[in-house]
Amino acid sequence: MTRAATADQSSRPTQPAVDPAGTTEIPEASVLLDLHRRMVRIRVFETEAGRLMESGLLPGFLHLYVGQEAVAAGAISTLRDSDQITSTHRGHGHAVAKGADFRQMFAELYGRVDGYCHGRGGSMHINDLSIGMLGANGIVGAGIPIAVGAAFAGAYRSDGSVAMAFFGDGASNIGSFHEAANLAAVLHLPVVFVCENNGYAEFTPQARHMLLTDVADRAAAYGMPSEICDGMDAVAVRAATLRAVDRARAGGGPTMVEAKTYRYYDHQGVKGLRIAYRTQEEIDAWKERDAIKLLESRATAAGAVPPEQFAAIWEQTRAETAAAVAFAEASPEPDPADIARGVYSE
Amino acid sequence: MTRTLTYVKAFNEGLAQVMRDDDDVFVAGEDVAGYGGVFHMFDGLLSEFGPRRVVDTPISEAAIIGLGVGAAARGLRPVCDLMFMDFLGVCMDQVVNQAAKMKFMYGGSVKVPLTITTAAGAGLGAAAQHSQSLEAWLAHTPGLKVVMPATPADAKGMIISAVRDDNPVIVMLNKVLLGSKGEVPEELYETPIGKAATLRTGDDVTVVALGRMTVEALAAAEELAADGVSVEVIDPRSVQPLDTDTIVASVGRTNRVLVVHEAVRFGGIGAEIAAQVQEAAFDYLDAPVLRLGAPFTPVPFSPVLERAYIPDRTRIADGCRRLLERR
Repeated sequence: MTRAATADQSSRPTQPAVDPAGTTEIPEASVLLDLHRRMVRIRVFETEAGRLMESGLLPGFLHLYVGQEAVAAGAISTLRDSDQITSTHRGHGHAVAKGADFRQMFAELYGRVDGYCHGRGGSMHINDLSIGMLGANGIVGAGIPIAVGAAFAGAYRSDGSVAMAFFGDGASNIGSFHEAANLAAVLHLPVVFVCENNGYAEFTPQARHMLLTDVADRAAAYGMPSEICDGMDAVAVRAATLRAVDRARAGGGPTMVEAKTYRYYDHQGVKGLRIAYRTQEEIDAWKERDAIKLLESRATAAGAVPPEQFAAIWEQTRAETAAAVAFAEASPEPDPADIARGVYSE
Repeated sequence: MTRTLTYVKAFNEGLAQVMRDDDDVFVAGEDVAGYGGVFHMFDGLLSEFGPRRVVDTPISEAAIIGLGVGAAARGLRPVCDLMFMDFLGVCMDQVVNQAAKMKFMYGGSVKVPLTITTAAGAGLGAAAQHSQSLEAWLAHTPGLKVVMPATPADAKGMIISAVRDDNPVIVMLNKVLLGSKGEVPEELYETPIGKAATLRTGDDVTVVALGRMTVEALAAAEELAADGVSVEVIDPRSVQPLDTDTIVASVGRTNRVLVVHEAVRFGGIGAEIAAQVQEAAFDYLDAPVLRLGAPFTPVPFSPVLERAYIPDRTRIADGCRRLLERR
């Protein structure tokens, strides 16, 4: 029987659909602090990057991760340094959560020689092999098969590593996602597909770019288990992703985890193109469940972490950020005489 | 010790030898394992190396190349097979935006020792989507290397060089040449990438021929020799990097040059070679650089049309005569 087409949902706003109190149990303090630190580091980094860009100090484009911190923090907290991730055009959050160095990141945003890519890559191409960050990517969906290749290498060497591919709801419409998911499933590779569903493919709402409500439904087409979690709750993301990572590491093959989340800033930049594609009410509703506020309030209410410890993380991160920006601004511009360096390996 | 092998057997032997030499080398692609490849390029590899190292994949070219990119970035040496070169169209992003650029855009920190093998060329009645020579598409992309072996010895030596190279290398095997025979050394050896081969020396005109066109150029040279014309035939073997020095040195002696490839003439590698020759050797030229290539149409199916499409020895010989008419 043919499934009936769904009613037109093009004007439906996205909304947080999860119990505002949070649905998961409160983990131990060390886990809460780890998640908090990763999220705060992303928030402060991105807020500062946005400020620098709006001030006209950074060349190029920025796709800021603010709002989605719980996803990178929760998912990457389950990984080891030897595990590999591939990221997206909105990749700063993944790099920071995996442990990338603020100084090299800011220097790259400035296009300077001390940046991760020595000024060759910029915002969309930050990578750090030493921590298993195989790279952000300017092409939507392109990192997904590359993560499958990284997982293949782990399985080939039997080194116990897993790979994790981050992508958005928009990327789940591109062929490379479907090809990579099927290939990983059929080769039974240790990879976790983490869909960060922020409700928009650039400016197009999900209801107008797919008829499914849940991207995770697509996993079934490849014989792959999937799980949906609250992408504003780092504890929930961590729990769901940990099950997937454990399955991959134990030889159980790939899993898809869909985290329902939200992008506070525009597709690009902070104020972006000022295209009216979502309402202030919608943005405010999501901010009510801000991932960092949620974790802080739950942990504090349960008496798991004293508030001063959270405050200290904010303070340390702001100091680190200021120092990193100063480092980046002092870093030299690249030398045009050196332009062809790194095209080929010798 | 050498013995006579076919081009495809020589390729197969080189790949098996480099796989024996290095456990990091694996092969992935459509029908490469159980079937041994539709052109028998991978015959026997599954039985020798097993399914860990010889991997059949779904028909998913973007994922096949992406798998290679990710595995190469982690230090393996993947050999990803693209059954027909025309299928580049469905995986071009992974080739040109990922494999080619990764090292540069990530600041030099990553190596991508990926080999892509593919069957190219017209002449088998395979029509517009299974017959192209798309070397110019790839040679235009910084970060890629593109090789076009024309002899069995080079088919073997170049797959070994490609696998051992730390950059993405596309190895274009010519479909019509697969059964051609030649002397091939038994041992494992590399054919340098970026070094042209002079297949025949001569004094009157230089013919630069790519891939299968080397066969036609040598035949044309033989025919012209009977008329007292001495033709030098150069096979660049690699179009990226391109060994301009060898071509320019030859033109410095012959003062006339014809470039021939079976890809369409417009925007082909012949245009790049012609431009480089005039930049480096303008004062040596006694005639404009002559380019032969396919007409600006897709590859036609009909055998009559396809024969008309591909440059041949007659057109090469005619071209040489035209170059010699100019004084």
